Amino acid sequence: MARVVVDVMLKPEILDPQGQAVANALPRLGVTDVSSVRIGRRIEIDFAGEPDLDRAREIADKLLANPVIEDFDVRIVEDVAAEVA
Amino acid sequence: MRIGVVTFPGSLDDGDAARAARIAGAEAVRLWHGDPDLHRVDAVVLPGGFSYGDYLRCGAIARFAPVMESIIDAARGGLPVLGICNGFQVLCEAHLLPGALTRNQHLHFRNRDQWLRVEATNTAWTNRFAPGQEILIPVKNGEGCFVADQRTLDQLEGEGRVIARYIRGNPNGSQRDIAGITNEAGNVVGIMPHPEHAVEALTGPSLDGLGFFTSVLRSLAGASADGQLAGGQQR
Repeated sequence: MARVVVDVMLKPEILDPQGQAVANALPRLGVTDVSSVRIGRRIEIDFAGEPDLDRAREIADKLLANPVIEDFDVRIVEDVAAEVA
Repeated sequence: MRIGVVTFPGSLDDGDAARAARIAGAEAVRLWHGDPDLHRVDAVVLPGGFSYGDYLRCGAIARFAPVMESIIDAARGGLPVLGICNGFQVLCEAHLLPGALTRNQHLHFRNRDQWLRVEATNTAWTNRFAPGQEILIPVKNGEGCFVADQRTLDQLEGEGRVIARYIRGNPNGSQRDIAGITNEAGNVVGIMPHPEHAVEALTGPSLDGLGFFTSVLRSLAGASADGQLAGGQQR
């Protein structure tokens, strides 16, 4: 399978209230050495043929991420079975 | 005057928006998300709700609806467009307005009557208000926190494009208390609170919302008069 993974993250300067809520909950688990948590989104795109990074970048830029508030990163997963394992 | 109100799958306030248009004295025309035909409307309202479930980001999928392709083109040509709540999110996703609406800072859905100060009264949708007028209309959103980079915020303020600000409490953490903005031409307006819910004494906290709808009628009447003077160059 030809898979491209897109990671979408809020830009560093954009407040992430979800991440903050998680960070604030960690002390209740006894975790006290975490200074920050940011939450993003991982999207897996499976191409029928060869993985197409440029096409994936276009999909990410137009639809998956909002460039006003989010950055994204695309990469090809060579070995899907190994990645899942 | 014909005011179109778009229905996306998941729109909630399209009925109220059409009703507000009628109460203001317009003919309300229902527009369907899958139909690119704007049916000769003179203005368009994108209503509140959860278009296409808002599954990816609010408004992200709706932006690609067939009706939106026509609205984006027409808005660039001067068609008055008002986006309310989810409609505001759609306008930002469509890049007709700058910035983005993100999760409320406190993470709670906020539903209450909200005071606003109207700041820009030179737009198609706010010309019936007095500058600085304080109005009370309902706000109800989970993702209404307006964000943009500092340069964009400075530009919006510098060009007088913040049309309304939250006063007596900011319900969602919006930067600089921004509740609504307009584009450079003043024909496209996005606002997070719901003017269409404040048009009748029976159901709203005030009648202040009606001003948005009567404003566009006045602006269209003005455009029509200009058009006649200029030899009838109307759409």
